Parts: sequence; structure tokens; C-alpha cells
Amino acid sequence: MKDKQFSEGLKSGIPIALGYLSVSFSFGMLAVSKGVPVLSALLTSMTNVTSAGQANGLIIMAAVGSFIELIICQIVINMRYALMSITLSQKLDERINTPGRLFIAFGITDEIFAVMVSRKERITLRFYSGLFLLPYFGWALGTFLGAFFGNVLPSNITAVLGIALYGMFIAIIIPPAKQNRSVLCCIVISAVLSTLVWFVPALKFISSGISVIICAVIASAFCAWKYPIEEDAG
Amino acid sequence: MSLFMKFLPYILVMAVTTYLIRMIPLTVFRKKITSRFILSFLYYVPYAVLSAMTFPAILFGTSSIISAAAGLIAAVVAALLNRSLTTVALSACGAALLVELLLPMIPV
Repeated sequence: MKDKQFSEGLKSGIPIALGYLSVSFSFGMLAVSKGVPVLSALLTSMTNVTSAGQANGLIIMAAVGSFIELIICQIVINMRYALMSITLSQKLDERINTPGRLFIAFGITDEIFAVMVSRKERITLRFYSGLFLLPYFGWALGTFLGAFFGNVLPSNITAVLGIALYGMFIAIIIPPAKQNRSVLCCIVISAVLSTLVWFVPALKFISSGISVIICAVIASAFCAWKYPIEEDAG
Repeated sequence: MSLFMKFLPYILVMAVTTYLIRMIPLTVFRKKITSRFILSFLYYVPYAVLSAMTFPAILFGTSSIISAAAGLIAAVVAALLNRSLTTVALSACGAALLVELLLPMIPV
């Protein structure tokens, strides 16, 4: 029974691991192209395990930005994990103690969260361990390969791989926007604001990290006010 | 190695911040949030963040804005068809690559 939990988790992790392999490959490449060493990119992936947060952290890091900026950006970008953790805390097996929770907390990503909440049974430590193993390995390996071999690839290949991460972000935001007009509204507002900050000369002083915070907070607050979610949703 | 040491504090600050965000609600915070506004705000945040990170940056993610635009369109179409993260990401790259290869052949 216990072993079955682990292998079930392992199996659920395979498609996530494959996806992570390719996405982290482009992160590794991006890191090296911004002057971040292979080892630093690998360490970032192995200690953070988050795509959007790492991509943003990388930009701040490469620009030698301030720690305050970095912390605020990470909080804003990764805020969704807090929400997921709240949901998950209700879903974990009651026998999981504090050390177990400390362990599980490390690997809460969009995809791993999605598998855990969609599972009918309560989440055991064995299931989570199986689930997390391959994606974590894939995330680290992809980063290393991207950072190491990224500059060996032909230049037009590396040039286009730079948009793989953005492609993944689009894959995350479009399907819900298709079903839900308020999500679409939020995405459009945020994109328009971000484009304004990018192109309007008077707003040039705003760094890219801070721009994400400003745009996201305005768009989210507006939509939360205009289109509050149902009481029992989330 | 000096470059590694230069970036190390950033990586650690990032890792600790990200971990605390995941860890605190799971271990300490057991009370349910009841504010409808805050719940709604938290619901929209990930979409807004990813959107702001993607636009307009994706258009400058390749060596030419035309190939990037092709990648963007391919990604949006694939996402509209509910393709997986990997497929959408690879569609964007594939379309951009195709345009990069074709562009020099177009006489202007």
C-alpha cells in the first residue's frame, strides 16, 4: 500500500518532468546569455524550483538590482504559492507532521499543486515524494543542459529558444482566460500596462521587476473589485 | 568562481523568500481567509504577473521582432487549442525559427 502510493506519485510526475526538462533548458540558456555562470543557474533551479520567479530573479540578478526589489518581486510573483499552500494544508494526510510539511512546502509548483489537488485521496508523504522526484530532477537537469550546451547550439536555435518560457506562460494564462472573461480582462489590463511602462519614455525609470509588481497589483486589484470570485471557489 | 560568489547572495535571498511563501501557509497559517476581496485578489495575481512578464517582452525575446511575433501567434493559437505547456512552448520556438530561416530569403 505504502509502496503503491510512491509509485503512483512517480507516475504522475513523468509528464511534469518532461515539461520541466524543456522549460528549464531555456532558463539555463537565458541565464548564461545574461552572464550568469552554469553553476549559479543550476543552484538557482535546485533551490527555487519555480519558473516565473526564477526568470524574474535572473533579470534582477543580471542587472545587479537591489535585494529589496528582488524580495518584493519574488513575493508578488510567487504569491500564488501561498494560496496553493492554504488549499493544500486542507488536503494533506493528517498524520503528516511539521517536518513533513516543511518538506512538502519546498516543491509546491503550479503543476505539482495541480496534481495534488485533483487527487481524490488525501496526500501522503509517500505520494508526494514520488510525485516530486522526477520533476525536480528534470528541472535541475534541464537547467544544467541549457546552461552548458545552450551556447553550443546554432545561434538561430538559441535565439528562438529564448521565447520558450514566455510560451509556457501563455500556455498557463490562455486556457483559463478562454473560459473566464474576468481572467481575460485581468490579463489584458496587465499586458497593456506593462507595454506602456516598456515604451513610454517617461516611465523608463521603472525597472522590469518593479514594473511586473505595479502592473500585476493594479490589474488584480481592479479585477478583484470589479469581478470578485464566488465565495466557495478556490 | 568570483561570478558565482557575486550571484550567490541573490540566489539564496530568492530561495529563502520563495520557500517561506510556500512554507508559512502550509505549516503555520491554518485560519481560512474570509475576505472576499483578498481571495479574489490572490486569484487574479498569477495571471496578471505572467501576463506582465510576457508582454511585451516576448516580442524582444528573439533576434528579430518579426520572428518573435510569429512565435507569439503560434503560442496563442496552441494555447487556445488547450495544448500542453511543452507543446505551446515548442510551437512558439518552432514558428519563430521558421520565420528566422525564411526571412533572409524574402527579397525586400
